[in-house]
Amino acid sequence: MVPLSWYVVLGAILFVVGAAGVLVRRNLLIVLMSFELMLNSVTVNLVSFSDVLGDLRGQIIAIFVIAIAASEVAIALGILVALVRNKATLEVDKITIMKG
Amino acid sequence: MEKAFFLLFAAMAIGSGLMVVMARNPIHSALALMVCFAQVAAVFVLLGSPFLAAIQIFVYVGAVMVLFLFVIMMLEVRKEARARFLETGTVPTLAVVVLLGGGMLAQLLASERLSALSFGAERGSAGTLEDLSKALFIDYLFPFEVVSVILLVALVGAIVLARTEAE
Repeated sequence: MVPLSWYVVLGAILFVVGAAGVLVRRNLLIVLMSFELMLNSVTVNLVSFSDVLGDLRGQIIAIFVIAIAASEVAIALGILVALVRNKATLEVDKITIMKG
Repeated sequence: MEKAFFLLFAAMAIGSGLMVVMARNPIHSALALMVCFAQVAAVFVLLGSPFLAAIQIFVYVGAVMVLFLFVIMMLEVRKEARARFLETGTVPTLAVVVLLGGGMLAQLLASERLSALSFGAERGSAGTLEDLSKALFIDYLFPFEVVSVILLVALVGAIVLARTEAE
């Protein structure tokens, strides 16, 4: 029997790895992918609590999180494509057009 | 037995997650992320929700990551793949992230409420797929419809954003 804390720790580790990717990497695609990793860690947490408490709401919230994450990826990649078309770079450091 | 499976899936998920963050080529990152999502789907099966495991594979691996791969292959990423990894400001950022992770883990492992919760009698009583679908379509019908509209808006928005200006 796996203790619940193992699942939550897995969620926490995935979250931190995703956060490291978002903060450290310069390539916008890798940043977006690390963000998806963070969202996945949240769903792991939700489903594990749903199982331990016998409550369906965790799974339902996880379904909504997955749906929202998918739509967010679509928009983010659309923005990325428009950005590359206008500025021809994928580095987050070079996107400073709104800098004061 | 379940512990062995969980440790296998968790180790592969964390390992491929680290590959996502550390790989130089974005295609390697995308494939590592697909592996990570598959491991998370396996963890969902261990947690007694095969429906969510199937949704995870369908939506994340099958749609989101394929979309990422389309975009990666569409854009010219060979220049970026050779970019220097350790830019200035990476080490303090990593220190902050390690601090965050250490803090989270310390608090999780020291919490009595978390250790008090364990997979006891209520395990598996979350409900069958029938109960889940009834809850989704009866109790949570409004959020479901809102999510449908959000997906439609995202679809239209992505088309508008990615379209070239027709002069």
